[in-house]
Amino acid sequence: MSADLSKPAAAGGGAAVAEKQAVTTAAGGEVTSAEPRVPTVRKQRSVLVYFAYTWLVLIIVLAAIASLLPLAKYSIPVDAPRIGPFGGDFDTVLGTDNQGRSILSRIVFGARVSLLVGAVASLAGALVGTALGMIAGYFLGRIDALIRLLTDALLAFPPLLLLLALSSILTPSVKTLIIGLALLVVPTFTRLARANTISWSSRDFIMAARNMGARRRRILLREILPNLLPGLGAYLPIVMAAMIVAEGSLSFLGMGIPPPTPSWGGMIADGKDAVADHPHMVMVPAVFIFLTVFALNQAGDHLRHRFDRTLHD
Amino acid sequence: MAGSGTAHLRGEDALLRVEELVVEYPTKGGVVQAVSDVSFDVLPGETLGIVGESGCGKSTTGRAVLRLDRMTAGRITFAGERIEKAPEKRMRELRRSMQMIFQDPQASLNPRRSVKDLVVEGLAVAGVPKEERAKVSREVLTQVGLGSERFANLLPRQLSGGQAQRVAIGRALALRPRLLICDEPVSALDVSVQAQILNLIEELKASHDLTVVFIAHDLGVVRAVSDNVLVMYLGKVCEFGDSERVYSSPAHPYTRALLDSVPLTDPDRGFNGPALEGDLPSPLNPPTGCRFRTRCPLAEERCATEPPQIREVRPGQYVACHFPLVSGPSPDAAPATSAEPAPAAAESQPAAGTA
Amino acid sequence: MNAQPEPVLAVRNLRAYIGTPRGAVRAVDDVSLHVGRAQALGVVGESGSGKSVMARAIMGLLPPRSACSGEVLFKGRDLLTLPRKERQEIWGKQIAMVFQDPGRSLNPVVRIERQLTEGMRKHLGIGKSEAHGRAVDLLREVGVPDPERRLRNYPHELSGGMRQRVMIATALACEPDLLIADEPTTALDVTVQRQILDLLRRVQRDRGMAMMLISHDLAVVAGRTDRVAVMYAGRLAETGTTRAIFAAPRHRYTHALLDATPSLDHQRHAPMRVIPGSLPDPTSPPPGCRFAPRCAHTTDACVDPGPRMTSADGVAAGMDHLIACVNPVAAPAAADGAAPASVGAGASPNTGLAKGGDLVGR
Repeated sequence: MSADLSKPAAAGGGAAVAEKQAVTTAAGGEVTSAEPRVPTVRKQRSVLVYFAYTWLVLIIVLAAIASLLPLAKYSIPVDAPRIGPFGGDFDTVLGTDNQGRSILSRIVFGARVSLLVGAVASLAGALVGTALGMIAGYFLGRIDALIRLLTDALLAFPPLLLLLALSSILTPSVKTLIIGLALLVVPTFTRLARANTISWSSRDFIMAARNMGARRRRILLREILPNLLPGLGAYLPIVMAAMIVAEGSLSFLGMGIPPPTPSWGGMIADGKDAVADHPHMVMVPAVFIFLTVFALNQAGDHLRHRFDRTLHD
Repeated sequence: MAGSGTAHLRGEDALLRVEELVVEYPTKGGVVQAVSDVSFDVLPGETLGIVGESGCGKSTTGRAVLRLDRMTAGRITFAGERIEKAPEKRMRELRRSMQMIFQDPQASLNPRRSVKDLVVEGLAVAGVPKEERAKVSREVLTQVGLGSERFANLLPRQLSGGQAQRVAIGRALALRPRLLICDEPVSALDVSVQAQILNLIEELKASHDLTVVFIAHDLGVVRAVSDNVLVMYLGKVCEFGDSERVYSSPAHPYTRALLDSVPLTDPDRGFNGPALEGDLPSPLNPPTGCRFRTRCPLAEERCATEPPQIREVRPGQYVACHFPLVSGPSPDAAPATSAEPAPAAAESQPAAGTA
Repeated sequence: MNAQPEPVLAVRNLRAYIGTPRGAVRAVDDVSLHVGRAQALGVVGESGSGKSVMARAIMGLLPPRSACSGEVLFKGRDLLTLPRKERQEIWGKQIAMVFQDPGRSLNPVVRIERQLTEGMRKHLGIGKSEAHGRAVDLLREVGVPDPERRLRNYPHELSGGMRQRVMIATALACEPDLLIADEPTTALDVTVQRQILDLLRRVQRDRGMAMMLISHDLAVVAGRTDRVAVMYAGRLAETGTTRAIFAAPRHRYTHALLDATPSLDHQRHAPMRVIPGSLPDPTSPPPGCRFAPRCAHTTDACVDPGPRMTSADGVAAGMDHLIACVNPVAAPAAADGAAPASVGAGASPNTGLAKGGDLVGR
């Protein structure tokens, strides 16, 4: 077992075997093997993840400063209806819709609605769902049975039917849409939070906290919750993506945001009758939905990956 | 080995007295009696070792004493106060003077909290102001050998097993407890680190006037730290007594078998005695009479029908067995290696009293 | 390298590095040892010593993103360079392995019979009924009562000890020439550990099989092996006959480890001997002797040039007891044999807390 090592020999990838020929060192005439070269483990940072975050930042910034941008008003025609995209003028760079309104402007203002609905609905749902899930998972017993019954019932209800019912009772608006969508998110987070709470509660540090005289409130909020957040947070973008798609589908069915406020789903609905002759009216918002949802899913995967690593490393 | 009875309790001076403790929990197959009529006491300043294999109920006993597991029946007296029915509010106060150290040090620390916050968690619960906590945090970390600044902001996963266990010990100490229950505190650690932690516990016991209950499956570890040992099997007490005496001439066949099963660092002998046959019976359906009889080399008919009561076989050594290996006052009845019990006894008597 | 005639397994200058985001872990770093025919070798080391990675390298079970060099000669054929097909013939048939956790190494949804006979039918090409008969015999050999009934059980219906017996039977099914048992009793209780250790030794002797018994516990290998290899931080510290090493460990680490092992005749409340500090960072181990930062007898030569494997009793005495220690424990002229506690080396027991500087954060 000599300390002086020979120069590393060449090795292939995977569980490679370095050149096994023994090397004689000058020092003691002892036989030692070559140092194997281990393929370096790099942190996997794919281009897609960079793209996803860039796209999300771009969309969010555009939506946030939409009213400061030199855009045409989204409710007033700027040109002839149904002009195709890439036609010179800035306002009509993405074409115009049925009424001659700028699609660019409607996309940017629509992003506001779509993102807002997606974010607020999933956050609100996550908040309520997590609280219910933690209570169910920590106390178990009767309260757990009740909460599980409620979430199972909510899950068994066809979502579209639920939203239809809601929009028939309440007048369709951004607010009712958010309430309806949030309701759909609650059970998912309840289940996720409940399962995680049960597994964290059985850890010794919870028992240690009890043994130090901690009350339930402290255990739930200070001991368990911080450990749930990374997992739930990583799931949030994925739910948000689903909410954006849901809003799109609802608007498509005419149960979404009332006109003239634009939303991406609503724009697709508006263009659907003319899709054969003027596909851009459907394609442009569809591409935006696709890219945003894709980016959100990528971000969610990336966050979850990172969370797993910090947990196990 | 029914191990019922309270003959071995030593009266009013005990810091902790547990009488006829029963812990049951429901499973799919029925109710399991994890702890069945167990009694023991610990005098102030003493270390009681609780030994047994998995399923013997030693950890459940430890948690039940702190009322962290629901107990089915029994009486627990801590510092003269009956605590088995104490309201939750009183229990929260009491628990601070009865701290616990767990087997898996990593799992016993909140993974999202830094070392310096972890050790004073108990003080934060008690509402001690922040500056005070920071001061205590530094003191305690120094006491457990993690005084270096660089440990203060680490998270549990950045610590080695031994370091994490030091943090857990510090967290218990910060509350200035009187009783420390150590549940297998070194079994997850490497041999070279085990000794560090055992020495630390011994040192802190002396400097903080602690009374210790030391739960372990490793007889060698228990031997090094305990004044008295309690041997358990399948929820019952087998034997209780001065550790020197129990180790040198065990009275219960199970204690004997446990000692004989410890591998020796001796290339010629390997083990001290013959192996124990068979497996642990199902706790759902424990044997009648003495629970150890299905594996006991000395079992007779009487063992199946009549659960043995705990009785004194020698001064300071109590056993729950119909056919103890040590009988009557004559101390040299043990079959194999019985190393001079006389000086051991002479020395152990004051040891129990001084502290 | 050694004079032993035709060892079943000879590991020569084996290195096995495992890639991690923080760099290559030098899990096994230039280790040479051998297991003779019908011989039991105990491999002892604490976590991070590389003992399990070595076993995995021998069995071709290294994780992806790892690499090894050196030679693993099984009956003279190098397992590291043999074509894949020929290696597969050896693994599982001629070299079998028993793992630490019998619960996890058995498939929970497959009956014992199929798990036990699968290997036999594949490697030995025997029929169903013959395999069944052999399975019954094997279970009887490893002390499973009522084997016919046990064959129809699923793993969860057996106790931990029984599962480990089944694992051993599975390993023995193809009559291997070498059995590697990696911490086979760590998950078991003392009395069951005892049974399994006795069983392994008996089977090894009865069959005249070579065995590598890996454990973190010196005591586990003491009475059950012919030779012992002690590893520390990826390197071999000491190797020799079990008797010689336990009677008089020469390497400072072996000596310290024996001292720190709690024993049944430890004086009550007497401070335990400790090894201060903790394992070095496996991605950038210290130069020279890897135990030097924790050793009480470190000299300059321990770091530079560092130890090399030499005969413990002078070359004339033979190459059977080897140590990699610059400043070894004195030869046992005056020391009283098996009780290492009385050897003067660690005279002042280090009862203090480990110095913070020695602790290496993971």
